[in-house]
Amino acid sequence: MSIMGTRVVRTEDPVFLSRGATYTDDLTDERLNGALHLTLVRSPLAHARITAVDVEAAREAPGVVAVFTGADVDLAPALLFAGANPGMVRPWLATDKVRFVGEPVAAVLTEQVYQGQDAADLVEVDYDPLPAVVDPRAALADEVLLFEEVGTNLAGGFGHDKEFDEHLFDDCDVVVTRDIVNQRLAASPLETRAAAAVWGDDGRVTLWASTQNPQSARDEIAGWLGIDAALIHLIAPDVGGGFGAKIGADPEFALVVWLAKAVGRPVRWAETRSENLTGMLQGRAQLQTITIGGNRDGDVLAYRLDILADAGAYPRLGVFLPFFTRQMAPGVYDIPKVESRARTVVTTTTSTGAYRGAGRPEATAAIERAMDLFAAEIGKDPAEVRKRNVVPPDAFPFETKGGAVYDSGEYAKAIDRVLEGAGYAELRAEQAARRERGDVVQLGIGVSAYVEITGGGAFSEDASVEVHADGTVTVLTGTSPHGQGHATAWSMLASEHLGIPIEKITVKHGDTDLIPRGSGTMGSRSLQTGGVAVHQAAGELVELAKRRAADVLEASVDDLEVAEGAVTVKGTDTSVTLAQLAEKEQLKVDTVFDSGAPTFPFGAHVAVVEVDIESGKAVVDRIVTLDDAGPIVNPLLAEGQRHGGIAQGISQALLEEVVYDSEGNPLTATFADYAFPSAAELPSFTLLDMATPTNLNPLGAKGIGEAGTIGATPAVQSAVIDAVSYLGVRHIDMPTSPLRVWEAINAARVESGAGSDSSEGAQQ
Amino acid sequence: MTISVNTSVKVGITVNGEETTADVEPRLLLVHYLRDVLGLKATNVGCDTTSCGACTVLVDGESVKSCTVLAVQADGQSVTTMEGLSPNSTELHPMAAAFRAEHGLQCGFCTPGMVMAAVSLLEENPTPTEREVREGLEGNLCRCTGYHNIVRAVLSASGQNPDAVQTTSVDADADQSPAGGVESAPGFSTGSGA
Repeated sequence: MSIMGTRVVRTEDPVFLSRGATYTDDLTDERLNGALHLTLVRSPLAHARITAVDVEAAREAPGVVAVFTGADVDLAPALLFAGANPGMVRPWLATDKVRFVGEPVAAVLTEQVYQGQDAADLVEVDYDPLPAVVDPRAALADEVLLFEEVGTNLAGGFGHDKEFDEHLFDDCDVVVTRDIVNQRLAASPLETRAAAAVWGDDGRVTLWASTQNPQSARDEIAGWLGIDAALIHLIAPDVGGGFGAKIGADPEFALVVWLAKAVGRPVRWAETRSENLTGMLQGRAQLQTITIGGNRDGDVLAYRLDILADAGAYPRLGVFLPFFTRQMAPGVYDIPKVESRARTVVTTTTSTGAYRGAGRPEATAAIERAMDLFAAEIGKDPAEVRKRNVVPPDAFPFETKGGAVYDSGEYAKAIDRVLEGAGYAELRAEQAARRERGDVVQLGIGVSAYVEITGGGAFSEDASVEVHADGTVTVLTGTSPHGQGHATAWSMLASEHLGIPIEKITVKHGDTDLIPRGSGTMGSRSLQTGGVAVHQAAGELVELAKRRAADVLEASVDDLEVAEGAVTVKGTDTSVTLAQLAEKEQLKVDTVFDSGAPTFPFGAHVAVVEVDIESGKAVVDRIVTLDDAGPIVNPLLAEGQRHGGIAQGISQALLEEVVYDSEGNPLTATFADYAFPSAAELPSFTLLDMATPTNLNPLGAKGIGEAGTIGATPAVQSAVIDAVSYLGVRHIDMPTSPLRVWEAINAARVESGAGSDSSEGAQQ
Repeated sequence: MTISVNTSVKVGITVNGEETTADVEPRLLLVHYLRDVLGLKATNVGCDTTSCGACTVLVDGESVKSCTVLAVQADGQSVTTMEGLSPNSTELHPMAAAFRAEHGLQCGFCTPGMVMAAVSLLEENPTPTEREVREGLEGNLCRCTGYHNIVRAVLSASGQNPDAVQTTSVDADADQSPAGGVESAPGFSTGSGA
């Protein structure tokens, strides 16, 4: 019986649930004995000139071995993302000026952890404050420059060098436009950033770091330090979540390596949560202007998306992500005319990068909001308007006006099924009844349809499968996970071919000496690249074993089959085990799978929220999702990915936002202030299944890691707005907090002349 | 300026059934006593504001966030960490086994604290409703699971069938509607029926 598609519990868990996983800060590797602890002195100001740094008192503090300032670091400031404006480089420790609250200014190395904070408090930095620039629109004006020598705050852009087509909406009877916000979020993996480095006598450095892709992190760090990547042995131990913010290396990792060399001792670093909430890459942070046009029958004829993205102080991956937003701009719809542009500016805030979905949720949020606005304007049901405009199933592969080629999809079917699963008609009836009764608690129904791009950017992945003489199997993968359960899923893929139980299969990842090539876990790419590579390697190993066994068994290869870890002559009990073959000669396959293109998973969500129109408080009553990522290897794991994604989507729609005041002070720099959701703020989820395969890989698999977030966010936002739409509300920016909802209700009442006193507002 | 932190204090704490003693700084947090003095690394630190619960352990049977307790405050008391629940990785404590069966963990970082909080929850309320599980675990944050399967694991460990107890909508009765009040937040009414 095939193991594929079964709910196999994780092989990772027995250790995780007994002695616990081993994260970077848990390492007890003897090479780290005597390691110094790094404490970073970080800027309390968003934008200021540094006039003096006095570290003398700190140097005298107990346990201090060394204190470094920017002047001590002999590394050139680096452009942290190659595609950004080349002058926007970051120093390893700030020298002449600081550009965001949290920027490292000095490095303190102590024997013990607690001594580090004591000594860091003694570092005196004199700052001459400069005006902050927090709003990207203000940054665009170039009045306050972060990099004076560059002369602009523009960090990058796509399609921004040509004018919009002034005739784009000429054919449209109805045109709706609106500015919307896709707010800044903190990825907030439970494990904050951590690294540990030790230089060996061989001139190589071993670096342990919490990263989603060790091989790329190794290469980045080598580039920053100006050393050969072969000198870096990077190991990602267990990683406590990433959500995109641990893609690649952070500058602190390189600093740890540099410091370990400078002091000739191992150095460890583990940041606090408060540091994490200003130092780790943040996500989203796009201001968008959406314009949609069509006819009153409900046909969408033109769509324009104008993006202003916030890079934060030092450009990182966030500069690139609007590329995905533009590419996915039309969503699941066949819109005759689509245009978009993106500009990214630096601001005196934390740098931005990927966060679950990374550019695609921003596209989906925009087009889905636009569809709702359009439907509201022409007075039609938003689900019907969606279905009317989706790409039909016989149109695939379908090249969109966003420039993507969608591989496969059943968009209308997905919408129909999720509407049916949610009981859409009954929900609308319930909504009407509550409105009729004038209930204080109103019902809102949000429908979203989405298509996203997974496995974008890095299409190729290595895998190695080896059967050992003791009958065990080792799988090597370049897709180093951080909670997704690859050890289990990749074991299943190998087991399926070899017939060896997963208990005998060990999946190794995250060690760049053992696995020199790999692109890591991000962009929901792992199964369709790394997983398929394992599937392919195991299949090739079966063929290799048959060829070897043909000699041993004196049979034709065509007469052989592999099952239960042995090669057998079909219809006989003549066999040789894979272990026996491995005893004679190493039985190992290295392979590379290259999909050559990304895949396009899709789905539809229905969110049901209840909104108290007196307080403005919205809560999610129910969410029903259909997420189609093709055939599923392990439903237990796939559902887990969907659950986590849905929660993050709900949370963006209702709760989370990184907030800065006008002086650039972060107001959400602890978990006491940042609205991280707990179990009490979320419902359980209803998942519906559909599996439309892609033809881009032999498993037919697409990515599932980010789908939940991409679909849930607009569904929940839409539901909140829908709940109060009868009062005249057309839009509320995320997070749809009680205050925002309440303000929107009141603004709508003022506009309609109904008065602003909420006590009149219960529609008695 | 001098910093007088060198005074050390002798503490004796029973951890997972074994007597431990050490001379520690008075300011040493219990979580660091466990992790750095004893080398018990399962208990994690996820924040610095007592918000996330990754560091949850049991002190004399009650769940406590060990980042907010000094080691000296635990002197003479009995502490249980996740390492103390299961004898080894093949004989998991029923709560840990339920987390595995229901896929209640992904990256695993919140897990030791979540499991300890869940053990404590069932001690106080052996047959909780889904709503009670959600509220009981409010002090423990997880970024990976969306809590769906954590809730299932706790219900399952309580001897209930999560498929029967877990609901995906509030009661249709508008009077029971959860919206509108902080206390009666989202998700579930009583957890009865599905």
